[in-house]
Amino acid sequence: MATKVYMEALSPTMEEGRLITWLKKEGDEIAEGDVLAEVETDKATMELVARGSGLLRKVILPEGETASVGAVIAVIAGADEDISSIIAEAGGDGAAPPTAAAPAGAAKEAEEKGAAAAAAGPAAEGTGAVATAPAPAPAPSAAAADGAEAGGRVKASPLARRLAKQGGLSLDQISGTGPGGRIIKRDIEAALEGAPAAAAAPAVAAPAPTAEAAYADVPLSQMRKTIARRLTQSIGPVPHFFLTIEIDMTQAMELRKKINERFADQGVKVSPNDLIIKAAAMALLRHPWVNAAWTGEAIRQYSDVHIGVAVAVDEGLITPVIRNAHRKGITEIATEVKELAGRAREKKLLPEEYTGSTFSISNLGMFGIEEFTAVINPPEAAILAVGAAQDKVVVENGEMVIRNRMRVTLSCDHRVVDGATGAQFLQTLKSYLEEPMMMIA
Amino acid sequence: MAVITYRDALNQALVEEMERDPDVFLMGEEVGVYNGAYKVSKGLLDRFGDMRVVDTPITELGFAGLGIGAAMVGLRPVIEFMTWNFSMLAMDQVWNSAAKLLSMSAGQFKIPVTFRGPNGAALQLAAQHSQALEAVYAHFPGLKIVTPGTPADAKGLLKASIRDDDPVCFFEGEMLYNIKGEVPEDEDFVIPLGVADLKREGSDVSIITHGKMINLVLQAAQQLEKEGISADVLDLRTLRPLDVDAILRTVAKTNRVVLVEEGWPYSGITATIAAIIQEEAFDHLDAPVLRVTQADVPMPYAKGLERLAKPSVELILEKVNRVLYR
Repeated sequence: MATKVYMEALSPTMEEGRLITWLKKEGDEIAEGDVLAEVETDKATMELVARGSGLLRKVILPEGETASVGAVIAVIAGADEDISSIIAEAGGDGAAPPTAAAPAGAAKEAEEKGAAAAAAGPAAEGTGAVATAPAPAPAPSAAAADGAEAGGRVKASPLARRLAKQGGLSLDQISGTGPGGRIIKRDIEAALEGAPAAAAAPAVAAPAPTAEAAYADVPLSQMRKTIARRLTQSIGPVPHFFLTIEIDMTQAMELRKKINERFADQGVKVSPNDLIIKAAAMALLRHPWVNAAWTGEAIRQYSDVHIGVAVAVDEGLITPVIRNAHRKGITEIATEVKELAGRAREKKLLPEEYTGSTFSISNLGMFGIEEFTAVINPPEAAILAVGAAQDKVVVENGEMVIRNRMRVTLSCDHRVVDGATGAQFLQTLKSYLEEPMMMIA
Repeated sequence: MAVITYRDALNQALVEEMERDPDVFLMGEEVGVYNGAYKVSKGLLDRFGDMRVVDTPITELGFAGLGIGAAMVGLRPVIEFMTWNFSMLAMDQVWNSAAKLLSMSAGQFKIPVTFRGPNGAALQLAAQHSQALEAVYAHFPGLKIVTPGTPADAKGLLKASIRDDDPVCFFEGEMLYNIKGEVPEDEDFVIPLGVADLKREGSDVSIITHGKMINLVLQAAQQLEKEGISADVLDLRTLRPLDVDAILRTVAKTNRVVLVEEGWPYSGITATIAAIIQEEAFDHLDAPVLRVTQADVPMPYAKGLERLAKPSVELILEKVNRVLYR
């Protein structure tokens, strides 16, 4: 039986994906589970896995093109199977842009008919008999490898269907463990927990030569589209204001030096930013109004602190999340930031590694920027913009002394954070960094 | 709180309501001199006299009709059927008159009558005397259907039934008269009709039942707990009005449902509940709704067969395991 290859939702927010590379070509033998292609989502480049076996008979979506989630982008089938109707249904001979040919109905169809994919594998014989057997023998879950009935319909409980829809999952991607392979709640939960593996991202840039004045149209990456959409959302409806404070980093830098000397043999290297993450996390615990989000109906104050750390990557930026930063030590934070930032640059972050932050920090100090304002990452209530720590002459007790000073700016969503609230948070942050011992006291 | 029997709880309810309201009277076969076939009316004749505790001949159609007539003119009769098996002789009065008079008189006649008596199988009383008939009565709009499963519910619900202005069919569990439980002595202890009771909290499966079966279900839930399964046990207590919200709440909580009733499966109470669940809570279901009922046969007399025909703890456990896909 022919298996349609769908553009799948490979990240929680993905609505469409761009086909980067077909790793198989027409005529190749495909086994279920083979990696067929690399797809660029709004966040990362992911692998698209075959849901059925046979020959890759038809590639519908060309490399570099974009298709909506649920669109049919290729067909896997037996060597002499007639697949003309599938191709016709998917948008002619493949020349038509599938982006346009992927209405909401396609996703629904994927759910309804996707079982065809699973049914193409070795059929789980006799599973139907188990369900109707007079003896109340519970169906062995192992035998129920897929959720497909002979008719090509996915068997799923009503609850599982609802949860799958909410979670953006397509039922044909899920193996059912209920009677006769029925997909039930626990299968959806398992699928939502396990994230698909990330793949390496090839560089993409397709400059378009033209006859007019020299210019290059760089196609919008999914990430760039997301940034544009999110920031427009933010600066538009979110009423921002900004608070700047200068912090004396002398003691913090001394502490950093000591830690780095002490942990040098373990390969740990703490950056000033790691200290700021720790200090911010501790300060957020004391200022729940800043560790908060605007939900429209309420102000959500988080009891844990998950800090998003803005990392510049080739095409934009992404914010990997240090979860429970308030409970982590400085060296632990340093190790984690280094690891996540490294994978962010390689575009290998999993969706759960860059979602769910409660507060964000953006640091441009390493570029020599002394002070700037960062744009809030909605629905968070604030973001901290960190400038460079520099030696400056300051007046202390009537004398000029040289101190290491750093300016930070808090962008606040005024719907959640008021001026004094933000200022108090900054004071706490400042006190932690100026007397870092307070962080462990 | 005093621990008393289901029988004494019903007796307390009758005494308290007859003391409270002189319009309340009891009528039926052997309710007076003999103190009731099941001794529910023990002492009432001595206490309230033969104008309010009335022995009748074996004439179900007659005294049921008399009770309805008395209710039409403002009294609050309690009519005892020696068992609900005998109520079938009074079907026309209960279904055709009591149930419909309010509607057919355009609200001019309230019928505050309570029909009560033992219901369901006892031990080896054979097909004609071992019937759980609440589903039959529940079929008729206009009747309220009450099925207490514990002594406290028996007292609180009987008092509510007597005070209710509609005809109420009150199904006592035969075999329950001797079970004991804590019962409030407060005269104002009244359990409103139409409110189910979550008798046990759990998260894995909902077992919904009513009447006598609550006792089997709670035993099954205890057994399940030992196997690591946590059951939410909902006792409907009244079938009309039905506490649909409580049903939907437990379904939303556990996503899996086993329904238990003492009567037959065909057109049974559980059939109705299952229909309501699929209509109202379809998207909450992770498994088909399963039912435990009496076997779809007239009750056998033979002891072994009778045991096999009745709902049992084992049957409940089996259905729970199936609904959990275990």
